[in-house]
Amino acid sequence: MSEEPLIRWDWIARNWANGSPTAISVLLENHVVTAFLPVLLGLIVAVPLGLACVRWRWLYQPTAALMNVTYSLPSLVLFSIFLSITGLTRSTVVIPLTFFALAILIPAVVDGLASVPDSVRQSAVAMGFRPARRLLLVELPVAVPVVLAGLRVATVSSISLVSVGALIGQGGLGNLFIDGWQRQFYTPIVVGIVLIVVLAVLADGLLVLAQRLLTPWSRARRTT
Amino acid sequence: MITFEGVTKRYRDGTVAVDDLSLEVPTGAITVFVGPSGCGKTTSLRMINRMIDATSGRIALDGQDVREIDPPTLRRGIGYVIQQAGLFPHRKIVDNVATVPYLLGWSRKKARARAMELLELVGLDASLASRYPFQLSGGQQQRVGVARALAADPPVLLMDEPFSAVDPIVRASLQDELLRLQSELRKTIVFVTHDIDEAVKLGDTVAVMRVGGRLAQMAGPATLLTEPADDFVREFLGRDRGIRRLSFISAKEVRLSPAPSALVIDEDGRPLGWRTGDGLAAYGTFNPETDSLRVALDAALLSPNGIAVAVDEAGRVRGVAGRDAIDELLAEHAPPAAGPFRDAGSPRAAGSPPAGSPPGGSGAGISEGVPT
Amino acid sequence: MNWLAGFFGDAGHWSGPDGIPARLLEHLEFSAAAFFVAALIAVPLGMLIGHTGRGALLVVVAANAARALPTLGLLVLVVLLAGVGTVLPVLIPLVVLAIPPILVNTYEGVRGVDADLRDAAYGMGLRGRQVLFQTLIPVALPLILLGLRLAAIQVVSTATIAAFVGLGGLGRFIIDGLATKTYADVIGGAVLVAALALAVQFVFVLLDRVAVSPGVRRVR
Repeated sequence: MSEEPLIRWDWIARNWANGSPTAISVLLENHVVTAFLPVLLGLIVAVPLGLACVRWRWLYQPTAALMNVTYSLPSLVLFSIFLSITGLTRSTVVIPLTFFALAILIPAVVDGLASVPDSVRQSAVAMGFRPARRLLLVELPVAVPVVLAGLRVATVSSISLVSVGALIGQGGLGNLFIDGWQRQFYTPIVVGIVLIVVLAVLADGLLVLAQRLLTPWSRARRTT
Repeated sequence: MITFEGVTKRYRDGTVAVDDLSLEVPTGAITVFVGPSGCGKTTSLRMINRMIDATSGRIALDGQDVREIDPPTLRRGIGYVIQQAGLFPHRKIVDNVATVPYLLGWSRKKARARAMELLELVGLDASLASRYPFQLSGGQQQRVGVARALAADPPVLLMDEPFSAVDPIVRASLQDELLRLQSELRKTIVFVTHDIDEAVKLGDTVAVMRVGGRLAQMAGPATLLTEPADDFVREFLGRDRGIRRLSFISAKEVRLSPAPSALVIDEDGRPLGWRTGDGLAAYGTFNPETDSLRVALDAALLSPNGIAVAVDEAGRVRGVAGRDAIDELLAEHAPPAAGPFRDAGSPRAAGSPPAGSPPGGSGAGISEGVPT
Repeated sequence: MNWLAGFFGDAGHWSGPDGIPARLLEHLEFSAAAFFVAALIAVPLGMLIGHTGRGALLVVVAANAARALPTLGLLVLVVLLAGVGTVLPVLIPLVVLAIPPILVNTYEGVRGVDADLRDAAYGMGLRGRQVLFQTLIPVALPLILLGLRLAAIQVVSTATIAAFVGLGGLGRFIIDGLATKTYADVIGGAVLVAALALAVQFVFVLLDRVAVSPGVRRVR
């Protein structure tokens, strides 16, 4: 055991795409879908909900509180609770992760819209924009950098959190951790960690690039 | 007295913020460092309490080199007021003011009592004492900043653009308040500003600095207005120097005549207006005891007949001064014939600084032109 | 709901080394140990970096790494490498994952203190340590507490997952329940952990009320 190297390349070669449902490439594909679906769903819900929170200020306080509570719950807890509703399916992971994404994205949308300088809003009104047009052409574009910053956090977190789903059999690359643990075998674990981190870095880089393209007028915001 | 002797501040990247500055800040008076951004005025100020240390040269406080004093100890003996007040947001107003007394080990009770006293001194209501800074307006915060700087009764006060972040009306009232305080306290104040009007209004002595950290001229405000040392100072002083100079001549000596019957006065002796064909016309007043010649002239210009109405503190008519009377006093205080005063605006008049520097009006302070 | 009644109604779950009180105590012990070690490292470090401005890159890297690193993978790898069976190796990932939130928020908090405020503090003659304790920390406190809160929740959460690699605590109910398909235990354990996480959240809300000056409390 002590002589076991951290990584055995031949194992990777044999298991990358061997046609079995636990091949690394299959797990990777699963991981990507399970990680991005919640972010996508979260964004679709967060934009209208965030707008509603800005339009009706009283809505924000309870929404934020609810999201805050959700965010403080461990992912495994939410997976376990949804297990009783959706069983051992992908939804059991996707639904809780969507809530996590919402907890990040709703505040981002609200903060983003709040970041629109009042002078910009006022001058848009003064030039005769109607509310819907103003929102679409002025306020949302100005809010994009803040929303994208939130999107980056949500995406990276989601990619990393999916692996916990392995404990209920839906963890994408996380299954490699279980496999490695049960066989006391380092290689799958290292491969899993590396692939997840690479995936996160790639996704983050793509979002930074998207921001550069979408909002050439603003420099990429640093998120920490 | 604060003395700068050949003080230079050079940063690591090679920029020279202050270049061989030598000057004296007299005790018990307001000395203003004024100049465009990048002239080293703030750096010069901050070298006094060692927020910045000079690269070479010597700054002495009543003869003692500030470099010989441990910075925190030095600073506790010097009041410091900055632009955004820099109040501690987590402390109540009273505790903000009591900061230095606490540092000096005063008892809580004594420090707070002193703080309350100071709040009153700077014209703040005692009810504000238990508020937090964010609950105060910018002007109020700035007053707290001044009170905090005065808390341990330091002989020296350093003020770094303290009033530049508030609106003009509040700024004017803060300036008046500072002058009132100074007439009671007689501190040695070094005041930094980029606003020449503020400098001329507040300074007993004004040191005009130019970009690169060099002293362009140091003189009393009246002298500065009549005898700018060079083009730079002249341009920096701006327009209307002649009129503005009149602010430094007291109207006390204006020859008053009895009020003519055309001036309608109420039963308490207050003016109502000048009688004209179709009713009462506007009038201008000045108080010879407290106002300057500029106010008197302005009052004359406001009346249709060019006659200013002199009033006392209660607003009762004491007499009138026609333009002839005002002219007499103007002639008496005419700027020196050799000065470039008459040539304002003409670039060709950009001569060397005036040779001898005769006193310019009643402006206080030293009046030596310092050519660079 | 039946599952919940089954779990909490079972008298066997309320006593013994496998009982809820014992498991809760274990969970609290590990979490507290990891949390305090992390805080002891990250709070001073964050202050130092925020105060001096040196090492800011470290903070950014730590923040991003912590978000991207899969908790389960880290746990499994560290425990396998360090040897199964003892508690100490499990605590390592717990501490490591708790450091970044504290570090980042403490750093941001101290760095975010208005330059004018620092200037005024030094200008009035406060010494370095006095500036730190009388100005920087009180003003940065809301963010420092936020970092500590996120870390505490992170620790509680990671400790739950750590049951998979043999740590005791409330996670045992979930992990063992999953292994034996005893879903009542899974749900019951999840509810317990959720309650613990909310309690931690609540403690920090209280702490915020008590410790943070009304002058700097963030309005949200």
